[in-house]
Amino acid sequence: MNVYYLQLLILIGINIIMASSLNLVIGYTGQLSLGHAAFMSLGAYTSALATLRLGLPFGAALLIGAVVAALFGIVIGLPTLQLKGDYLAIATLGFGEIVRIVFLNLDITGGAVGLRGIPKETDFLWVICLVLITGFALNRIIHSRVGRALLAIREDETAAESMGINSTYYKTLCFGVGAFFAGIGGGLFAHWFRYIHPNTFGFLNSIEYLCMVVLGGLGNMWGAVIGAGLLTIIPELLRQIADLRLLIYGIVLIIMMRVRPQGILGQSQGKSTHTLSRYYKQILGKIKNR
Amino acid sequence: MFVQQLINGIILGSTYALIALGYTMVYGIIELINFAHGEIYMFGAFTGMILMTRFNLPFPAALLLAMVTAALMGVTVEYVAYRPLRRSPRLAALISAIGASIFLQNLALLLWGSRPQNFPSPFKIKVYQSSFFSISQLEIIILVISFLLMVGLSFFIKNTRTGKAMRATAQDRDTASLMGININRIITITFAIGSALGAAAGVLVGIYFRTVNPMMGVMPGLKGFVAAVLGGIGSIPGAMLGGLLLGIAEVAGVAYISSQYRDAIAFAILIIVLLFKPSGLVGLPDQEKV
Repeated sequence: MNVYYLQLLILIGINIIMASSLNLVIGYTGQLSLGHAAFMSLGAYTSALATLRLGLPFGAALLIGAVVAALFGIVIGLPTLQLKGDYLAIATLGFGEIVRIVFLNLDITGGAVGLRGIPKETDFLWVICLVLITGFALNRIIHSRVGRALLAIREDETAAESMGINSTYYKTLCFGVGAFFAGIGGGLFAHWFRYIHPNTFGFLNSIEYLCMVVLGGLGNMWGAVIGAGLLTIIPELLRQIADLRLLIYGIVLIIMMRVRPQGILGQSQGKSTHTLSRYYKQILGKIKNR
Repeated sequence: MFVQQLINGIILGSTYALIALGYTMVYGIIELINFAHGEIYMFGAFTGMILMTRFNLPFPAALLLAMVTAALMGVTVEYVAYRPLRRSPRLAALISAIGASIFLQNLALLLWGSRPQNFPSPFKIKVYQSSFFSISQLEIIILVISFLLMVGLSFFIKNTRTGKAMRATAQDRDTASLMGININRIITITFAIGSALGAAAGVLVGIYFRTVNPMMGVMPGLKGFVAAVLGGIGSIPGAMLGGLLLGIAEVAGVAYISSQYRDAIAFAILIIVLLFKPSGLVGLPDQEKV
């Protein structure tokens, strides 16, 4: 296979892992996280250092990276998930920036020079297997008791709590699981490109994963896959007009939100008041048209 | 030494405060994090620079015109990217805001290139010395302009009819509209004022650091938001206080802890404030309605 297409496929695979794990947090649990790239960087740096410095086998390094990311997810999630909506978004954004700045200044991570010379371990087989494992695991979680608890929290946290769902426990759990798979994505990324830099995992990268999830459709497994695929391929197609690439990206986001705010595969958010409010709007429309 | 740090902090903080005002006013009225605000600040700085170098305008005229241009720009962004989404899910509006931010950033890159450009210095370098501290004429001018703008804004919000309408809209949009307030007009005015203040901050930072570049809005944009949250989002005195405190904390952190972690300090403060007093220093606690 052509190296270019192979790289594109691997990138799509990694982005699918990133987007679907973020989808669990945002789409299924309704917790807006803007720090997903930070968990990716934790996985990337930990696993890269494990193979580079400790000489561990790739599989073990990936697992360690994912576990470290998950631990950070839990430690960060436990206090910040008490916050709601925009406040949570900003707190996770702040956390992501702190991680980036710390990595920029540590010696062991190579600081602002970045970490180079990581062995090339990632190949197509690893990526496809891990995409399938991630998809399977997330699918099982969503269709279990835990998944229903997460959905209940998304729909109405107060009501879920009054039904006996420990929302702090489930939200932290979901944050940890999301961070775990983001850590795997980071490990794959590091061992494919063989070079990582803290700015590869900045605020804008978190935003990119968010865009994949929203574009594909919040709370839809295939939505995250489609969103990741599209937002990996579209910038490649626009490569000829490199200067205009991100300009168009911005316009696409605005138009997409105007035309189909629920994403390509998303259902419109099924809140109980929804049909009622639509009915109300119809009546208002009729009155106005008179 | 201490007094000197305090003064430097207040100068930096007063520009954060100006940016924070734009965030807090917009959030107070439409509950949206205006992610494009940092870019408006950047465009303000560029407009000021171009007016002074290519059109040889005197500084006050350039500042005023940059504010007017930015106001028009902020209103346009609101009209194109936010207004159509006012009834959509919050996340859709947030993504649209991010799209607008990416678009404006890359528009600037396209127009002016990524190389930093020199900002002309309109004032002679004249430094006033005392036994405790020294302050330059330029720094005094920056302080005077930003404080005049803040006092002017407070007066406008408190004492004019439009200011009263803005406060009413922030308190309860639907009720305000029933009282005959034209909500769309108020939102437009809010964006215009917020953007003008952001642009003023951009020009002031420009003459202070003598350089502008298309990415200059990202960090101050985030920190302006941090300042708004620190003071209590939605509160105008809060934004001013939050901006000043953030500036002082940052300068003190650089002086007494480490300059490498400069940007991390702001986010660490943010997370601590969010955890212990999410409503900010002067904000009212936000009661969740069941």
